[in-house]
Amino acid sequence: MAEKVTLQDHQLERKIVLSRLIVGGIISFLLILLLFARVFYLQVSQFEYYSTKSDSNRIRIQSIVPTRGLIYDRNGVLLAENIPSFTLSLVREYAGDIDQAVDIIASLISLTEDDVDKFRTRLRNRSVPFSAVPVRYNLSEEEIARISVNQYRLPGVSVDAELVRYYPEGEYFAHTVGYLGSITEDELKRLDPVNYSGTHQIGKMGVEKYYEDILHGTVGYETVEKNTHGQVMKVLDRTDPVSGQDIVLHLDSSLQKAAVEALGDYRGAVVALDPHTGGVLALVSKPAFDPNLFVQGISRNEFARLNDPVKTPMFNRALAKYAPGSTFKPFLGLAALNYGLRTWEQTVSDPGYYILENEEHVYHDWTWWINETGHDQVNLQEAIFQSCDVYFYDLAVDMGIDRMHDFLFRFGFGRNTTVDLPDASTGTLPSRQWKIETFGQNWYPGDTLNSSIGQGFTQATPMQLATATLLMANKGQWMKPGILKQIGLEGAPISPNRSLPDIELVDPADWDFMHESMAMVVHKGSGGYRNTGTAYPYIAMERAMPYRMAGKSGTAQVVGMPEDFDNDAEVPEQYRDHALFISFAPVENPQIALAVFVEHGEGGSSVAGPIAREVIDAYLLEDGQLKPEFIFPQISEEEATDTEASTVSGDAVAGVVRESQLVTINE
Amino acid sequence: MNSQDFVRQMGFLGQDLGRRKSFWETFHIDFPLLVALMILLGFGLMVLYSATDGSLPQMQRQIAFIIASFFIMLAVAQVDVRILRLWAPWMYLGTMGLLIAVKFVGSTGGGAQRWLDLPLLPRFQPSEIMKVVLPLCIAGYFSRRAIPPRFKHVFWSLVLVMLPAALISIQPDLGTALLIAVSGLFVLLLAGIRWKLVFSFIGVAILSSPALWLFYMSDYQKQRIKTLLNPQSDPLGAGWNIIQSQTAIGSGGVNGKGWLNGVQSRLDFLPEGQTDFIVAVLAEEFGLVGMLFLLILYMAIIGRGLYIAAMARDTFSRLLAGSIILTFFVYVFVNIGMVSGILPVVGVPLPMVSLGGTAILTLMVGFGILMSIHTHNKSLIP
Repeated sequence: MAEKVTLQDHQLERKIVLSRLIVGGIISFLLILLLFARVFYLQVSQFEYYSTKSDSNRIRIQSIVPTRGLIYDRNGVLLAENIPSFTLSLVREYAGDIDQAVDIIASLISLTEDDVDKFRTRLRNRSVPFSAVPVRYNLSEEEIARISVNQYRLPGVSVDAELVRYYPEGEYFAHTVGYLGSITEDELKRLDPVNYSGTHQIGKMGVEKYYEDILHGTVGYETVEKNTHGQVMKVLDRTDPVSGQDIVLHLDSSLQKAAVEALGDYRGAVVALDPHTGGVLALVSKPAFDPNLFVQGISRNEFARLNDPVKTPMFNRALAKYAPGSTFKPFLGLAALNYGLRTWEQTVSDPGYYILENEEHVYHDWTWWINETGHDQVNLQEAIFQSCDVYFYDLAVDMGIDRMHDFLFRFGFGRNTTVDLPDASTGTLPSRQWKIETFGQNWYPGDTLNSSIGQGFTQATPMQLATATLLMANKGQWMKPGILKQIGLEGAPISPNRSLPDIELVDPADWDFMHESMAMVVHKGSGGYRNTGTAYPYIAMERAMPYRMAGKSGTAQVVGMPEDFDNDAEVPEQYRDHALFISFAPVENPQIALAVFVEHGEGGSSVAGPIAREVIDAYLLEDGQLKPEFIFPQISEEEATDTEASTVSGDAVAGVVRESQLVTINE
Repeated sequence: MNSQDFVRQMGFLGQDLGRRKSFWETFHIDFPLLVALMILLGFGLMVLYSATDGSLPQMQRQIAFIIASFFIMLAVAQVDVRILRLWAPWMYLGTMGLLIAVKFVGSTGGGAQRWLDLPLLPRFQPSEIMKVVLPLCIAGYFSRRAIPPRFKHVFWSLVLVMLPAALISIQPDLGTALLIAVSGLFVLLLAGIRWKLVFSFIGVAILSSPALWLFYMSDYQKQRIKTLLNPQSDPLGAGWNIIQSQTAIGSGGVNGKGWLNGVQSRLDFLPEGQTDFIVAVLAEEFGLVGMLFLLILYMAIIGRGLYIAAMARDTFSRLLAGSIILTFFVYVFVNIGMVSGILPVVGVPLPMVSLGGTAILTLMVGFGILMSIHTHNKSLIP
């Protein structure tokens, strides 16, 4: 039956299947046309779109960070360099579970809690997505090997070689050279986004901050092809970065260290300037901190330690304002001479205290607190080397605060006259107008008295005191203090505008007079109790000096002691007076001007004075003798060898001669 | 009529030598189909070389499979389809047995139980065998019955189609199950099942699709359909493949980026660039020109297949040849449609091009059957 049907319907069946094949063929053809239309749409109509998309898929422009310029001291000693370091970094977007990744890393290499803490801080603070966040720095070879063996377990984790900032001198230059730290979001807003596209650290303090533009350099670029895992497959184009420029500072590394050592365990500051150039030879603030801590991201514990409210290691005392105390007296003395209010010879009677007309308050001389006496009859010179307060009270009343202000302003007080230390305080140089503007109060005669001995409203920074001392040494010729000496080790010294209107005295001989008076502070030791320089017993008495040094001490009250305070009792540290000492040397041919500030050091002459001598010794002397380049007057080599042994006595004789001349004047 | 066709096939040889068989006929090879297949395979190997980044082991394996498949195709071509027709029910039963065995003793890989490890045989997927056997079986079924088929024959043939499809879909391998069902359904269509019936099936399928969505489809399948409609909804997840493959195709432009210069796959942006998404590599490197060439090759093969089906000597051969070639078309359409973003992502390789030997082997067996149909003595009617 079936056989028969098949035979009978053969043609019909063929027709049926053929017609269906034709339908199938047509549909297939149409659908293939549809595919072609789709491909045509993608490849022709949408070509631009997909082509761009494909390129942006793979082509990335990445920046090449320029090498940061090095920082040298005046003798070519490296203060900041770049050292290679292997860093383990992690890209959050690729890493998956951060906690798990950290656990795995900790199982492979040493990772302290501190490291993890720092890493999490950096992770929180990162400003650019898909950026590699450092987990640990300074990997050893073995640690690098362990990481690479386990790379498959650590997506988004990589070991990168990079140059990191290193400060070989550590704490010594913390405040001066400063340090690099991570760029914060605020800083990011004002930085050039292009030039800083690859940089993640920026100068935060000192030279690193001020000369950021010179040190940073110009970013380079690399156009690279990356695969889907972010690995670079091919470099398509490259523009090399321009390294930052090296800079040379006026700082003298050995002098800086000597100043730090001289301060010993005291907190305080030393600022030393080169009178010829205004160059900052040393700028010390103690206690300091290790700037290297910041480069690798500081932990919270360490940061808390640096913010100790008493020690304040981050605080730059050299640029902060304090009451200058009696260090003001030489400048005021010059003012009195210049305004014609006093002559050298004129004397004042000092019973140990001073009383203003119509006032009950008694202004005591510092001697009063020792033996309830004064300095008796004193002239200006005696008032300087004995540091007589009453002489200056009397002088100040005649001068008035505004004239005092105008004269001292010319010495750089009340303003920041540095070239490249924008963070320096301007201090406070009071005047009538200043008091009305600041407190809305009138000026009282008592305020003038306090100002005359560097107390009351008057405040100055160690940098300002050093600057004024430089002017004293230079006889009024301005040299604004600056740190930068030159750009590049071979470069020519830069010459920024260091001038301000020079100070010209009516009688230029007053400079010499004041130099001698200040030399007596240190050297006058022949005259018994009333005739000895305040600093002589502490500086020159014990150890002979191969040069003459001019100085003035200052002991500034931190708080007013209550009337009933027992003067023999020990004063708690935080109430002890600040000790200051300004000086320059050699007197005849000044090579260094400096200010020493010792926080709660109590004795300007006894504590700050010896520190000043140690610093000056470190700068001027070599094997106990004056360095040849500092010998004055310039003598030929023959003479130098002949007179080398007698230099000391020769200088001493010169001093004596001048002293006798002055004595003659006094009489 | 048949003999006229035969003579025409023989070309000038046929005119000159009459009944004498040509070299090609002696060895049961269809020359035009062979040429098209060789060009396609060669082109495919070129693309694969680029897609695998010149991986020698993978290339060697693929070439070995192609050569083996070529000889198996020739071997199959020597077998008269009448013999296959006789064996068809038994092959169907045997393959069903293997599919059931997979369910119980099959080995698992990639989350699905698809493979069988039988002693003395390499590991294989019985579903691959079913791709060949099912059209054979259904064509055989209808060749013994009058067409257009009666309703009860349609019903039983549907049962024959659905049983293996169901077994394969629970492995699970929905893509293969659907394609196997399609190859069986093509036989029904070619056998003259009424259009009314066809359209009512399609209507029922459309109406039941919401129910399928709600009750039958798994989450990943739903995701694939959502992704088709809006790839940007999850550009780094489910939409990644389709976005990257369209980017690869589109960025190729008219002339392409040149052989071995396609960046999308070389930089690993394009997943599965060697297997299911290989056409994106081709389109990126050879551009619209390359795609046109590929589609013309496929059309030539499909056209030749349809021609062979139309010229076949009996209903069984016509149904079988038609089903084989239309199924081949479906592979092409589904794969390129999926990669170019007009169909949801289903795991269908690009026929003859994608990496994977067994897929090529199965297809070549199909082409062997086509050649057998075209070259065996047509004057003898069973």
